[in-house]
Amino acid sequence: MEGFWTRMLLRLWVALILAFLFTPIVLIFVYAFNTSNIQSWPIPGFTTKWFASTWDDPDVRRALTLSLQAGLTATGLALVLGSCAAFAIHRMTWFGREVVSLLFVLPLALPGIVTGIALNAFFSFGGISLSVWTIVVGHTTFCIVVVYNNVLARLRRTQGSLIEAAMDLGANGFQVFRDITLPLISTSIVAGAMLAFALSFDEVIVTTFTAGAQNTLPLWIFGAIRLGQRLPEVNVVVSFVILVTIIPVLIAARLTGGGGTGRVPAAR
Amino acid sequence: MTLLITAFWAIDPFTTQIVQVWNTDNFQRILNEPAYHSIITRTVVMAALVTVTDAVLAFPFAYFMARVASRRVQTLLFAAVLLPLWASYLARVYAWILILNHSGLLNWSLQSIGLPAANIGYTNVAMWVVFSYIWLPFMIIPTYAALERVPESLLEAAADLGARRWRAVRDVVLPLALPGVVAGSIFTFSLTLGDYITPILVGGAGSSFIGNVVYANVGIANNIPFAAALAIVPVAIMAVYLLIAQRLGAFEAL
Repeated sequence: MEGFWTRMLLRLWVALILAFLFTPIVLIFVYAFNTSNIQSWPIPGFTTKWFASTWDDPDVRRALTLSLQAGLTATGLALVLGSCAAFAIHRMTWFGREVVSLLFVLPLALPGIVTGIALNAFFSFGGISLSVWTIVVGHTTFCIVVVYNNVLARLRRTQGSLIEAAMDLGANGFQVFRDITLPLISTSIVAGAMLAFALSFDEVIVTTFTAGAQNTLPLWIFGAIRLGQRLPEVNVVVSFVILVTIIPVLIAARLTGGGGTGRVPAAR
Repeated sequence: MTLLITAFWAIDPFTTQIVQVWNTDNFQRILNEPAYHSIITRTVVMAALVTVTDAVLAFPFAYFMARVASRRVQTLLFAAVLLPLWASYLARVYAWILILNHSGLLNWSLQSIGLPAANIGYTNVAMWVVFSYIWLPFMIIPTYAALERVPESLLEAAADLGARRWRAVRDVVLPLALPGVVAGSIFTFSLTLGDYITPILVGGAGSSFIGNVVYANVGIANNIPFAAALAIVPVAIMAVYLLIAQRLGAFEAL
């Protein structure tokens, strides 16, 4: 084992890194209660007035509505397409299967800007005007991957013997799916949906290229930070976004026992 | 590997198709104009710098997680590393704007221990700090995974053969953990390479990345073919990087 001093030094290092990782996040929550509208440290006092004014801001409301619409629709589409794809890849062997399985994962590996440009070029040459639907298409590309990965990982771990047993006992295809397969994979589907929503709710890059003139919540934040305007509201919105993205992930981690959340490279 | 590259071409039909119509002019423009050279150099150097920084920060942390911490602490640390990763990207960049601005937490801390203020907000240094912060978890996790797989018996053998602990770490653990570090570097390098949000928000004047020029050409100049040609640059760099990474055995460590 490591010597006493080595271990002490390592402990100190770990503590410093943890402080490095968490100070900025905690800081935002503190700033959300800042009485002053100038963002300097230390803050002069605590107030909750910005929460009310942010909630009443029509721009923020509109952005939130759009984010929710896009996020929920993209997650819904990704659920259907992603889990069907996982089934197809898992169950059947067909020509080109390996290539297709790679194509599914690719949008996560490609820089967001490449996906964004590809979609933007596609929409503009196809004469499709940018709307909530183009955002949904953009988000679905990476949401599918998350659902697909989660469901496929679970399918690979479930035992075929259970399904065979059910069929031996006379269950038909639909009954097997309803009573055996679905209960076995349901938590992985829910976990995938949670992760997909969290990703979508926070996405900037692909959204920039597919949103046109509309603002999702991250685009609103981006614009406000860039211009240095309405920063007290930004503090509140950003704190809210952190909570909305972290809570589904914590639930997903619970459902999958930690798997899945660990291997999602940023789709941003 | 070839599969990966063909796949790249398969998913890129829109952009490459357009490039082929106007062809080579765009690439010649990139090759001939010094402005683009310095932007590409800046992006690649920053990506390399961030990768090295994260490797240095992550290794002792991952070492502690894998070889010193108890099972319970291990799980807790794992969650603690993943959590910031999932907290909104914009939020984390924004937090650093708050910290680094001239009346922010950093200068306050420096002044309260009697040091002069460091005005690094809106500079390349700020970008370096923010990128290193944002992508750090991507380095810690694969490094940890690789370190955890180094069998204790190898270290005992090294000790039996008379190696001091540090020597054993250098000659036994480090080479075995290398694929993990390289796997992590794929993330830190490629994510920095493709980013353009952080340069806009925390970089100052003259800190454009490849992504910023691409973004400007789509959004403002509406020269999508040129933007696409420029976007090929990071993809090509990553293809080379992945080839090297594969040689170093990083894919097994992913």
